[in-house]
Amino acid sequence: MSLSIVPFIVSLVFLNRFRRFSRANGLLHWEMLFRYALLLSVALFITGMVFKSEDFTKWLWHIYLIVLVVFPLQQKEFRPLRNFISAFIPYVLISVVSDLTEVINADFFKTTETYFKNITALTYIWMIALFYSQNRQNKAAERERIKRLHEDELNKVIAARKVELEVLVQERTVELTKQKEELENTLEELRATQSQLIQSEKMASLGELTAGIAHEIQNPLNFVNNFSEVSVELLDEMQAEIGRGNSEEVKQIVTDLKQNLEKINHHGKRADSIVKGMLQHSRTSTGQKEPTDINALADEYLRLAYHGLRAKDKSFNAKFETDLDPNLGKINVIPQDMGRVILNLLTNAFYAVTEKKKLLGESFQPSVTISTRKMGKNVEIRVTDNGNGIPEKIIDKIFQPFFSTKPTGKGTGLGLSLCYEIVTKGHGGELSVETKEGEGSIFICTLPL
Amino acid sequence: MNKILVVDDERDIQTLFEQHFRKEIRHGEVQFVFSFSGEEALTYMYEHEQEAVLILSDINMPGMSGLELLKHIKEKYEKPPPVVMMITAYGDDDNYRTAMRLGADDFLTKPLDFKSLKEKLKTTLL
Repeated sequence: MSLSIVPFIVSLVFLNRFRRFSRANGLLHWEMLFRYALLLSVALFITGMVFKSEDFTKWLWHIYLIVLVVFPLQQKEFRPLRNFISAFIPYVLISVVSDLTEVINADFFKTTETYFKNITALTYIWMIALFYSQNRQNKAAERERIKRLHEDELNKVIAARKVELEVLVQERTVELTKQKEELENTLEELRATQSQLIQSEKMASLGELTAGIAHEIQNPLNFVNNFSEVSVELLDEMQAEIGRGNSEEVKQIVTDLKQNLEKINHHGKRADSIVKGMLQHSRTSTGQKEPTDINALADEYLRLAYHGLRAKDKSFNAKFETDLDPNLGKINVIPQDMGRVILNLLTNAFYAVTEKKKLLGESFQPSVTISTRKMGKNVEIRVTDNGNGIPEKIIDKIFQPFFSTKPTGKGTGLGLSLCYEIVTKGHGGELSVETKEGEGSIFICTLPL
Repeated sequence: MNKILVVDDERDIQTLFEQHFRKEIRHGEVQFVFSFSGEEALTYMYEHEQEAVLILSDINMPGMSGLELLKHIKEKYEKPPPVVMMITAYGDDDNYRTAMRLGADDFLTKPLDFKSLKEKLKTTLL
């Protein structure tokens, strides 16, 4: 009976595995077969217990087991279970051989019984060991499977997140693109505004000129009128003297008349050149360089600056001087642009001395000088003032656009930066400043010949 | 001899005056002296004290303005102070009020109306 238990358990384990395998792989008719086989095992076992004839039942079991082992080995479907089957082969083999030997040669069997028993025990151990190892493997495989399932789950989550993120990135990109376009538009607007400001700075300097120009033209016009008037009187007198036969007197009057007409001509030309200068200044620069008399330009714009400021501020009064190199000749410049530079430097100089006068009052004699000098291959134009100078901490900023020390609304802050552009970029020259706080400043403009 | 000092930075003013007043000058009724800046005028007056009885001065001149000159004259020369008339292109209120405040005897605008100037001089120099 004890011997029957082992084959019974073996068959149970065996058949159960095959049954599960068949079920898992959809081999339904095999599954049924194995179920029946299980019943058969149970039947066999019960029969063995009931009938107590061990010899008979043990052979039944042997045959049964051999069939169980051999049959599936030949089936393709059960190839994956080959390792499993091989675990039982030693047991089946040794139990058959052992019983056969006992039947064939009982004496031999008696001497070797212990060996057979030991080997059988070994096969038990083999089966059990393999069983446990398989179990462990299956468990590990199962864990692997679960792990992979988890990973798959995770991957799905990650993929979903990725899709979400891509949507987010897309949205952000759209937002950023929109912002970029807005910024580009703003930049365009700012550029346009800057151009407008530069234009209005030019217009402002033109406006400053207008008052000066009006006065400047007024003077020569007055002379034209006055000298014409007095010439008419002289002609009347001359007629009277001719009547009296006073030829000496007549000659004198003729000389005077000629002088008057020359003066009229001179002042007329003066007015003419002022108007031309104004037209030139308002015209947008052609950008063409022309041979220009810098001294004449300096003189003209000095007067304009002076009178322009006087027209704006009635109390304004400053001494101005020119120190112009007669050997300068003409240099190639854009007259309107250089005129603007000179005008701006002079306006700044006059502003500086006026501000100082406001502080110091009567005792201070404001003075602005413009000088020209030929220095080797360059022409140097200097505008000197005895104003309050420029504090060291802002010296670097004065040529920057929109930087101004004037109160808000009084200056665009573009004057010096425009001058700097004109001198350096437009004419390849240099513009610099020497200054001492409290004493005055010298702006030096160097132009290549 | 009535000496008139004319102060103006424009040199042609001299020719203009000399021609307009040629008869008066020829008959010795009046003598003109010309200065081309406030400083020159003061120097002249310092060197020829009390000679000029009438001073005609432009206001807008570089350096010392006509108004400053006016102030100096009225402060320094008291008995009797010369008559000072301002001539200017800027005939506006501010200039007028300042000139009057500083003691100007008259205020004329450019372009000069020599006829009316002659009238004024006649009444002043009598």
